[in-house]
Amino acid sequence: MANKLVDLQNISKAYGDNVILDDLNLYIKENEFLTLLGPSGCGKTTTLRIIGGFETPDSGKVIFEGKDISKLPPNERQLNTVFQKYALFTHMTIAENIAFGLKIKNKSRQYIKDKIEYALKLVNLKGFENRSVDSLSGGQQQRIAIARAIVNEPKLLLLDEPLGALDLKLRQDMQYELIRLKNELGITFIYVTHDQEEALTMSDTIVVMNQGYIQQIGSPEDIYNEPQNAFVADFIGESNIIDGIFVQDEVVEICGKKFACVDKGFGNNTPVDVVIRPEDIDLVDPKEGTITGIVKSLLFKGVHYEMEVEANGRDWLVHSTDLSPVGAMVGIKVDPYDIQIMKKPESEDEEAVVNDEQ
Amino acid sequence: MNNKKRFFAVPYVVWMTAFIIIPLLIVVYYGLTNVDGKFTMENILAMFTPINMKALVYSLLLSFISTVICLLLAYPLAMILRNADLKSSSFIIFIFILPMWMNFLLRTISWQTLLENNGVLNTILSALHLPKQHIINTPYAIVLGMVYNFLPFMVLPIYNTLVKIDDNVINAARDLGANSYQTFSKITWPLSLPGVISGITMVFVPSLTTFVISDLLGGGKVHLIGNVIEQEFKFKYDWNMGSGLSLVLMVFVLISMAFVTKYDKDMEGTNVW
Repeated sequence: MANKLVDLQNISKAYGDNVILDDLNLYIKENEFLTLLGPSGCGKTTTLRIIGGFETPDSGKVIFEGKDISKLPPNERQLNTVFQKYALFTHMTIAENIAFGLKIKNKSRQYIKDKIEYALKLVNLKGFENRSVDSLSGGQQQRIAIARAIVNEPKLLLLDEPLGALDLKLRQDMQYELIRLKNELGITFIYVTHDQEEALTMSDTIVVMNQGYIQQIGSPEDIYNEPQNAFVADFIGESNIIDGIFVQDEVVEICGKKFACVDKGFGNNTPVDVVIRPEDIDLVDPKEGTITGIVKSLLFKGVHYEMEVEANGRDWLVHSTDLSPVGAMVGIKVDPYDIQIMKKPESEDEEAVVNDEQ
Repeated sequence: MNNKKRFFAVPYVVWMTAFIIIPLLIVVYYGLTNVDGKFTMENILAMFTPINMKALVYSLLLSFISTVICLLLAYPLAMILRNADLKSSSFIIFIFILPMWMNFLLRTISWQTLLENNGVLNTILSALHLPKQHIINTPYAIVLGMVYNFLPFMVLPIYNTLVKIDDNVINAARDLGANSYQTFSKITWPLSLPGVISGITMVFVPSLTTFVISDLLGGGKVHLIGNVIEQEFKFKYDWNMGSGLSLVLMVFVLISMAFVTKYDKDMEGTNVW
């Protein structure tokens, strides 16, 4: 297993009464692509800024390669940051922007020249040396910001919502680009975003945060398939979060019907939250379904149809490539391993967001 | 539509023609003619007589000193304002602008009272058993008057450019290894230059052309080029000479303006006015 590159220990940060982070513990392994994911105000950017040195934690330590760097100013840390909205130096050319860190370190002219060329090639902007920052599009500026950071050969690259200002198509291109860069350079990435799709696409590890607390750490598949609480289930992808009763191991009761599941150990007859992803619900002949309902609405979404099915007193969100017309009687069936059981939220930050921001 | 828009511009065109362009042409006419209305370069060349040159050089020197002092005072203040939270910075700016709502003459006359040989300052000094200072009617008093009157014109344009610098641009410089001094010299200072240049012009030009400050605080003993021109008009009634000297002085004003237009393309520094 790779070493811990960064270790955040008991980090707390508050502005006045406003607690941003509360006793946060997190480590990042070498060569990992780790994403801090959460809604705005969840503390993800503050966490990144603490690692970068732009904020000082009220308590706790930032350990980098085994050394406590909590008190070091940003210029003495072996890492670089790609800022939201790029923060390029508008009074310099592209080459001067990229050379900035190297000139500070008194590298030779030839070394700097080679590095600029290398970095521009890496971000597919060969020949842009003498252009001005203003003449570049948002996507190009973003690439320059990345080039400016990576020429310094940092061990760790911090990226603060770097694709937030780009349009969808460009954002998707840049996602591939970032993954390619990470693999080519072999540096550790810590990436901050509120975009769950971006997080799922790029990350090795996702850290879901809400209200200053880590909700879940895991691979994209873990986070998506096995959310640990209602907040994670709701924030990542679309889901049906249903009140249920955990009758006994491998049996859960939803809407008065017993469903087979694969979870164990929640305690007999305990109230639980049940997550079923809309694409995991099979609409079958009413006779074959565990429960039956009526299709209330139908939307064509391109890849699939989105349907709302009213059954046993609640609406079920269903994604399917097969169309069931509005008003049709359908049976609802869910495979046992597609049912995810979660403990009821113990605090506000674990609850699903009622008014979804997106 | 277009005609309608033009119609709205008419009052401004009338105003500019009547009160800016025509007077300017009259000054040019007087400056280039003698009493009989014949063309002459005499009034222009009069600037190069020793006594007028002395006044001009002295004016340039005092304006330069005032501008430097204003810059040295204003830049740190603008930095403090930038880093302060919005509430306290707008309060400080309010305090700064407050005296500007009072009459310029009145403010300068009050300095007379403060600096007189038996004025407020010397009364306080003697009460503290400190030696009296002779400041009034010296160049020091004039520089003080210039700095006091024109300091806000330096602070505001610099502050305006500084607040526009994104915090993350400064963070990025720090992130790339620059210490606070390097960050200032390579990022903050160059990015604030448009404001600095506007500020310099807005202090230097009025300082160069003033005659009120030197009249009131110089007691007629310190002769600046503004006083020379004033006297040509007011006491000698030689409008031709006065206009000729004004034209020469205007060259310095135009040079300053050209400077601003070159460095302050977006007029960032001046847009508060």
